[in-house]
Amino acid sequence: MAFIDYYKILEVDKKATEAEIKKAYRKLARKYHPDLNPNDKEAERKFKEINEANEVLSHSENRKKYDDYGENWQHAEEFEKSKQHRQYQGNGQKGGYEEGGFSGSGDFSNFFESMFGGRSTAGGSRREAQFKGQDFSTELHLDLKDVYSTHKRTLTINSKNIRITIPAGVENGQQIKISGMGGEGASGGPKGDLYITFTVANHTEFKRDKNNLYASVALDLYAALLGGEITVATFDGKVKLTVKPGTQNGTNVKLKGKGFPIYKKEGEFGDLYITYQVKIPTDLSQKEKDLFMELSKLKTS
Amino acid sequence: MNTKNLIPLSLLYIQYNLEMSFFFKLHEMGLLEILTVDETKYVRPESVHEIEKMIRIHEELEVNIHGIDVILNLLEKIELLQNELISVKNRLSLYES
Repeated sequence: MAFIDYYKILEVDKKATEAEIKKAYRKLARKYHPDLNPNDKEAERKFKEINEANEVLSHSENRKKYDDYGENWQHAEEFEKSKQHRQYQGNGQKGGYEEGGFSGSGDFSNFFESMFGGRSTAGGSRREAQFKGQDFSTELHLDLKDVYSTHKRTLTINSKNIRITIPAGVENGQQIKISGMGGEGASGGPKGDLYITFTVANHTEFKRDKNNLYASVALDLYAALLGGEITVATFDGKVKLTVKPGTQNGTNVKLKGKGFPIYKKEGEFGDLYITYQVKIPTDLSQKEKDLFMELSKLKTS
Repeated sequence: MNTKNLIPLSLLYIQYNLEMSFFFKLHEMGLLEILTVDETKYVRPESVHEIEKMIRIHEELEVNIHGIDVILNLLEKIELLQNELISVKNRLSLYES
């Protein structure tokens, strides 16, 4: 557990007055307040940090204790004991300090909790009493294959199991709100909501743009030249395609309705676009070379 | 109108320990919908999330009602831009190998 420099966090001098500390705190709070920085974990962390610094430096008793022990904070308890008992001989024990002895709510660092007991002193700057229950938010990591079909999943939120339906076609980065799945309200207030943000990873050969899928298909030179029938993989199966004679490299073909499911439109799908990549044969045998030469001459004559 | 699912405004004054005028000013600015049924004023439960956000901005950051309006407009814009950014990033993956 490292020492935390609260003066540095609030960007003030060690000799800063109460008014200067208040001003510095207000300025930083306006910058990092969670309501002004939604979905920003770094701002949330900074906000907790400046609140903790303010909790210590804006209360004279806390500030004095912090200033007195400074970087020797780990021995604070020992010093306090020695003072009380007026015993100045060193003792090798660590007093009443117990690491992890406090089950903080996560709003304060271990450093703070070990020094001040993890409790906010009266007059904290955050409004505690809320009418509406707390909103919860979570991230759900899924694979593209998972979101191809509507399915149910059980999430554990604050040690409570919640079964939710994930509609097919959810997009990467999409956030959904499930009303009433947050914390209990106070004094009959409404329950909080649950916000789920989806991270959808794509490990398939298909590229996705909303409801449309894109894929490259290797096309044999002879099929491109003479035409023919090929089998192409779609996201959930295979389809037979007729290749026209003289198909150029890079030709795009649209397969209607073979794309990705459209979010909350059951049974509706986007399209699949395939791009032909004509494979030019390499390592030709002598006979093949001769035949290509013959073809080449035929074309120029 | 069925008031069963509505929250009486008087409950909010007490709950948040705020002046009545704060809520009426929010209403005047178009930031809060107040419904009147049989001379009693109510808000919809779904407004509570925004109300609490506005109270926090007002009290914790000492921002007045006009400032709250500006902030909410900017937050809305940020949300739109963030969604657009996600969508653009998703599209960009089309061109990345």
